[in-house]
Amino acid sequence: MRKGRAALWAAAIVAYLFLYLPLAIVVVYSFNDSRLNAEWVGFTLDWYRKLAGNDEMISAAINSLAIALVASLVSTALGTMAGVAMHRYRLRLLPVLVLTPIAVPEILMGVALLIFFVLLNFTLGLVSVALAHIAFCIGFVAIVVRARLAGMDESLIEAARDCGATPWQAFRRITLPLIMPGVIAGALMAFTLSIDDFVITFFTAGAGTVTLPLQIYSMIKIAVTPEVNAVSTLLMLLTLVLILVAARLSPSLLRTRPD
Amino acid sequence: MAARAGVNWGKWAVSGPPLAYLIVFFAAPTLIMALASFRTPGDFGGLAPLVAPDGTLDLNLESYARLAESTAYAEVFLKSVIFAIVTTVACLVLAYPLATLIAQSPRKYRDLLLLLVILPFWSNFLIRIYAWMIILGPNAALARGLNGVLALFGVEPVPLLFSSFAVLVCLVYVHLPFMVLPLYANLEKHDRALLDAAQDLGANAWQRFWRITFPLSLPGVYAGAALVFIPALGIFAIPDILGGPNDTLIGNLIKQQFLETRDWPFGSVLSIVLTVAALALAGLAAWIGRRGSAGAARA
Amino acid sequence: MALLDIQGVTRRFGDFTAVDRVSLAIEAGEFFTLLGPSGCGKTTLLRMIAGFDVPDEGRIDLDGADLADRPPERRPVRTVFQSYALFPHMTVEGNIAFPLQMARVPPAEIPAKVAEALEDVRLSGFGRRMPQELSGGQRQRVAIARALVTHPRVLLLDEPLAALDAKLREEMQIELINLQREVDITFVYVTHDQTEALALSHRIAVMNHGRVEQLDEPSRIYGAPATRFVADFIGQCNLLSGPVVARDGGILTFDVPGVGAVRATAAEGQPDARHGTVALRPEKIRLVADPSEAAAPAGPHGRGAPHGGEARAASFGGDPTHNHVRGHVADLLYMGDVTVYRVETPGGARIEALLANSQSGRAKFFEVGDAVEMSWAVDAGHTIAG
Repeated sequence: MRKGRAALWAAAIVAYLFLYLPLAIVVVYSFNDSRLNAEWVGFTLDWYRKLAGNDEMISAAINSLAIALVASLVSTALGTMAGVAMHRYRLRLLPVLVLTPIAVPEILMGVALLIFFVLLNFTLGLVSVALAHIAFCIGFVAIVVRARLAGMDESLIEAARDCGATPWQAFRRITLPLIMPGVIAGALMAFTLSIDDFVITFFTAGAGTVTLPLQIYSMIKIAVTPEVNAVSTLLMLLTLVLILVAARLSPSLLRTRPD
Repeated sequence: MAARAGVNWGKWAVSGPPLAYLIVFFAAPTLIMALASFRTPGDFGGLAPLVAPDGTLDLNLESYARLAESTAYAEVFLKSVIFAIVTTVACLVLAYPLATLIAQSPRKYRDLLLLLVILPFWSNFLIRIYAWMIILGPNAALARGLNGVLALFGVEPVPLLFSSFAVLVCLVYVHLPFMVLPLYANLEKHDRALLDAAQDLGANAWQRFWRITFPLSLPGVYAGAALVFIPALGIFAIPDILGGPNDTLIGNLIKQQFLETRDWPFGSVLSIVLTVAALALAGLAAWIGRRGSAGAARA
Repeated sequence: MALLDIQGVTRRFGDFTAVDRVSLAIEAGEFFTLLGPSGCGKTTLLRMIAGFDVPDEGRIDLDGADLADRPPERRPVRTVFQSYALFPHMTVEGNIAFPLQMARVPPAEIPAKVAEALEDVRLSGFGRRMPQELSGGQRQRVAIARALVTHPRVLLLDEPLAALDAKLREEMQIELINLQREVDITFVYVTHDQTEALALSHRIAVMNHGRVEQLDEPSRIYGAPATRFVADFIGQCNLLSGPVVARDGGILTFDVPGVGAVRATAAEGQPDARHGTVALRPEKIRLVADPSEAAAPAGPHGRGAPHGGEARAASFGGDPTHNHVRGHVADLLYMGDVTVYRVETPGGARIEALLANSQSGRAKFFEVGDAVEMSWAVDAGHTIAG
């Protein structure tokens, strides 16, 4: 028994190292005083300083933040509605449309939207990227909100109605406050998904618009500099904070993304 | 609820806006793409006019026929499927002990251990690919150490980066959490008493695993397999960044059609074939999973 | 005019008829109970009164006005839910103030009303607590206070005590009786627990398969069950069925298989039934050692019966006021305060009799296998037609 457990721990530690070592290396090298990502030379904050003076990078970051803000706000509103609708009503089409964007390969959505926008003569840019991000974030928000609703005692709504509340009052005063942690968690998740998205953005951004992931992509495709390490570290830090807050608000979040 | 008659305004008010959005920005684009696969590419990319000057409708199967013309496409598909299967199996082998350990941990540590699996997955996709560029790079310790050893045996140095090996390692790395989560969700529900009963009935640790735990975990295994397989099959960024010249997968082919060759109909054909293949194989896995678990329940 | 008038109400779910043409008139100030096994339709009926469900047929009138088009929030009816349904994100005060806010009571008046409601349920000082910080019994009281604060015409209680442990339940029963008397509001109470229903109610409607089997006062429900179902559902009851073979004034003689002739007073309204059932409560049966075997040498156990002398005097067969049946003890169930004996007759029928263990130092009077004689007054059993 004890031997089996030790083997299990050993295997698990290998798996955890496999998960974290690569990211740790990126972080460590972002402080490395060398142009090559090969060996540790000495500590420096140069790459972060360079980053602060890199106009392209800063404009990409601003684009990403703007898109993520809009996409998370709109998708949270629509996703919350979808989650409530899927919980309360027997619907056929909506659950399919909410869940398939999550289930099909990302590239499909990217190219389909590319064709769609070009055929409509819609200029590819910040707006098209935000519209695309909203489409794939709705599902994630809806799942979190629905999970939250599923854990709620249905008789609370009846009790509110019984106490004289109209359906809208019951929603405003009872349902909404109770699902709020799920809604906020969904919003943070949508923000993270949007700011991290590469594949769909790659197809819908067009030539002139650059987001952080696109900027990172062109840097690692063309010329790797440790500036990539620095911007990656900052981006990871932002994501980490957002996700920890979201997980705290909605423990079910831990299980939502893959199912 | 009370209102059973008439039009349910509340239902449409709540489900209408997300439904409309997803119809416009998901369903419609997907259908348009499906339609585009039957069209002819335009002279300067995009699509030729739907109604030609001579009044004929531009709908044909030429792009589908192109797929059959050359075995090169079949090879790319085959390679993508093999990569996706290898990734799935490797994820399963790595994820199983991890999920088991988390499921057997005291309740208060479980969420933390699980969070530790998920966190890297939420960091940027490109950063995770980029991390492997550093690790596998020719100047990094790993490549130098390996090639140093190989040199002792007189073997030519092998590049780790820009190879199928790099693509596979990163595929596994990126998709591992997809396998851990459903496996954990399944293993967590197992009744410990079953193992005690099996032990009581004379089963050793090995027998207990293969006769009890593993069959019962099959639904989780198949769910995880589908979650890894589908995105792995359609990936393009990983071979694009870490792969060598021969590591073209379906995803890269699709990207080429849209952003380089600008042959939309053929790109659409590839996307449709990819999606159908991914969903069909995942559906097959789910179906086997249901039968498998039903069989396990009977046995 | 009845306060709540339920007329021919039917509710179907697919092929299943949950409530089947139920008509009830509930009077103002009553403590009225809907009693029945799970799935009998009592909760569906309650939900239709509250407005959470709508009848397929029939109507529900309150104070003479049809409730059909009024959603739950516009009915002067409040529900105490089985799960209490206290809003977890509001304090106790917040919960009780909620219906007042919904009724647009001026905010200045709310605190006093909340305090009063809390006092009614003896929870003064608990207003700032969150529901999660209360015990089961306290939550129960908050739910009641919340329902009563707007002085509804009717209070509906859906198995409100089901989640409490036995001791607390009994305490709450007494509190409910007192509270109902104090506030003078009509209570409609749903339960599957017959002792609870008997203890609390002014009147009880026993339901089965969506229909009302009997509507009566508790003592009549227990003592004079109208149907076999009611007799069987309420407490323990021997059901002795057979054809009517003789009729002597108000007294019917039934030929019960395995038992023989059983005489019983005909119930009102069914004097000319040709087949019937005598519902006989175990505690109505007097159980003594079989007098014909009493002379035989005593068995290994000390024999003797509490009423031995009396039983000997009553001659078997010729007694005009009592039935006498012999048998032997097949099983017994020692319950502490009483012991239930299952007596098997020579004909193979089984009859339950119950003896109070009132003599100290003795666990029971008979052992398995003992020959006994059961006797009961002709008017002790209640006859049911059919």
